[in-house]
Amino acid sequence: MRIILYIIQKEFLQIFRNKTMLPVIFMVPIVQLLILANAATFEMKNINLSVVDFDNSLRSREIIRRFDASPFYSIVPTERSVEKAVELVHSNKTDAVLVIPKGFEKDLDNAYRPKVQLLLNAINGTSAALANAYTSSILISYSQNIMLEKTGSNLIKPSSISTQTSYWYNPELKYSHFMVPGILVILVTIIGMFLTALNLVREKEIGTIEQINVTPIKRYQFIIGKLIPFWIIAMFELAFGLLVGKILFNIPINGSLLLLFSFAGIFLVLALGGGLLISSSSSSQQQVMFVAFFFMIIFILMSGIFTPTESMPNWAKIFNHINPLYYFMKVNRMVLLKGARLSDISESFISTSILAVIVLTFAIRRYRKTT
Amino acid sequence: MPNKKTNKFWGFAKKEFRHIFRDKRTLLIIFGMPIAQLLIFGYVVTNEIKDANIAIFDKSGDYLSQKLTSKLGSSGYFIPTTFIHSETEIEPVLRSGKAKMVLVYEPNFAQKFYKEGKSSIQIITDASEPNTASLLSNYAWAIINSFAIENGVKEFSSSSIDIRLRMLYNPELKAVFMFVPGTMALILMLITAMMTSISIAREKELGTMEILLVSPLKPSQIIIGKVLPYVGLAFTNALVILFLGYTVFSLPMRGSLLLLLLVNFIFIILALSLGILISTVSKTQQVAMFFSMIGLMLPTILLSGFIFPIENMPVILQWLSLIMPPRWFISALKTIMIKGEGILYVWKEILIMLGMIVFFLTLSIKKFKVRLS
Repeated sequence: MRIILYIIQKEFLQIFRNKTMLPVIFMVPIVQLLILANAATFEMKNINLSVVDFDNSLRSREIIRRFDASPFYSIVPTERSVEKAVELVHSNKTDAVLVIPKGFEKDLDNAYRPKVQLLLNAINGTSAALANAYTSSILISYSQNIMLEKTGSNLIKPSSISTQTSYWYNPELKYSHFMVPGILVILVTIIGMFLTALNLVREKEIGTIEQINVTPIKRYQFIIGKLIPFWIIAMFELAFGLLVGKILFNIPINGSLLLLFSFAGIFLVLALGGGLLISSSSSSQQQVMFVAFFFMIIFILMSGIFTPTESMPNWAKIFNHINPLYYFMKVNRMVLLKGARLSDISESFISTSILAVIVLTFAIRRYRKTT
Repeated sequence: MPNKKTNKFWGFAKKEFRHIFRDKRTLLIIFGMPIAQLLIFGYVVTNEIKDANIAIFDKSGDYLSQKLTSKLGSSGYFIPTTFIHSETEIEPVLRSGKAKMVLVYEPNFAQKFYKEGKSSIQIITDASEPNTASLLSNYAWAIINSFAIENGVKEFSSSSIDIRLRMLYNPELKAVFMFVPGTMALILMLITAMMTSISIAREKELGTMEILLVSPLKPSQIIIGKVLPYVGLAFTNALVILFLGYTVFSLPMRGSLLLLLLVNFIFIILALSLGILISTVSKTQQVAMFFSMIGLMLPTILLSGFIFPIENMPVILQWLSLIMPPRWFISALKTIMIKGEGILYVWKEILIMLGMIVFFLTLSIKKFKVRLS
């Protein structure tokens, strides 16, 4: 025990002596949190629409006014030519072109089901689908109004089903409430894992590990002594990040922080153990970086940080059983936003613990082999 | 004797090249990465919603509500997995994540629909994932609406406007159109900037940079010799990604291949010059790694228009995205590959990237001189 404490003390001294690293460890992530938390939204706030109006009638001008009045649309003026309007799409000046043909008003008034054409820039499929939905709903509600106006309300109205939607846990659909916990997971993982991994391999690279190897320190003592300082830093980083998220983004903390930190504690043993495993099988910092980067990016993209994991193909869902970030991402959001309890996250808890034991065992064994 | 000097330079570059190729594991990763990433983006990272688990609380239980439930179930978007029977069950179902959405049918659903002309459904979504929640409720809304039209009075629907839709460039709304250019930017940016910054910082940390600086080669030659192999690696990666995008994901290649390669080349040089800048300001590999990895990865993914459209971001972030090198690269890639436009539409992007190269390099030379004095 005393030996482990000595190693921890030594590591901390080294970490705090490095004046450039400390600000980087804390500043870079927080700045990123501040900047990036608002970037991840699919919500369309501004669709640039150009209308090519061949009808130039009262009705067609009324439609243009409707779009203009909507906060979601800005009208980009164009000439009465489809080619000219498509040109605007090519140069990214407009996202959508609505073509109203001649005779539109006549058809509408005679209930002939008038045609319009909608051209959308579909390079981003999601945006295009949303723009289509918004635009269609404005056009359809306009035509329904016309129909009601014409038929009068004394006639039978069609039956309808009204829907009331409530958004639980995040009624204002704030993307930052979703992203801050997600980004925190990534930052804490990267920092904890990379610091640990680079630290060990650096000793190899500059040769100081040989000196430690000739001392009577046991392997597990060495590994634990290397792990704990960075574990503390990462836990501290998580707490700091949560505090910043609370103060600046007012993210909800609905669940138990004790539960969250207990889970984070186990997760970090896994992540840092992984870092040690990588570094004990590498010979240079460069190698560590690339191996770690390779796994990190796969784990991050599959963790569900940006997109729902439920819609992923089956093989990806199976893979996620060994993806530590998948569990932490889920647990962090569930506890913070939904106030999840231990019973709700027990599966993640157990899986992460098992993975942690496996990885740590491997890290200790692997280390023994290389020396 | 210029000839001798160039020989020395090539000798040095060759040495650097061998140095990289000796490290098989790193090499494997550098080339395995684009393949793994493309597959992940192609098949996994999608914002489409399929098979979302939903819970049904049917207070009515009549044939109309059941018919609607089965219609929702056959849409491909939803799977009604949980059927609940009281208000108190709603919360636990959403909290535990068993369901992403709960539909609550009012009592006497069919009767109200036919006799009073209006029935209602309450949709409760788990908005802890706001993107998913709004997509799910939009889909549900659309399905319920068309269900009402099918089962209500027929002629009403025929009177509305017939919208002929044309999706330009990407009629099948494939996500691959977004992620291939994005993955190229991410990989080229990170691999190039990261490798360069670390390999130079490594020489500094181990003290071998001093030795190099007293060699007959000029500092600029040393830097060029060190980065030249990475230009080759990055460019090969770009070709691999393009090839996979074209063959596996049938991404169109509508514009000039030559222009595309030129843009790739400029972007690689840009990433390199950023890497050089990072290495001049960092003393150790660790610091260089933190700047290039933590400082570049998330911003490249989030602020370049890779996954999330820039237009939807807050204005400050839109401004910030202007100084993100990948933003211009991705924009140029899409214009050339997908829209099939020529230089007339990408000259702005090219000029901005060239400007950034000049800026980064000038800054690193300044920093470098300060260090030597």
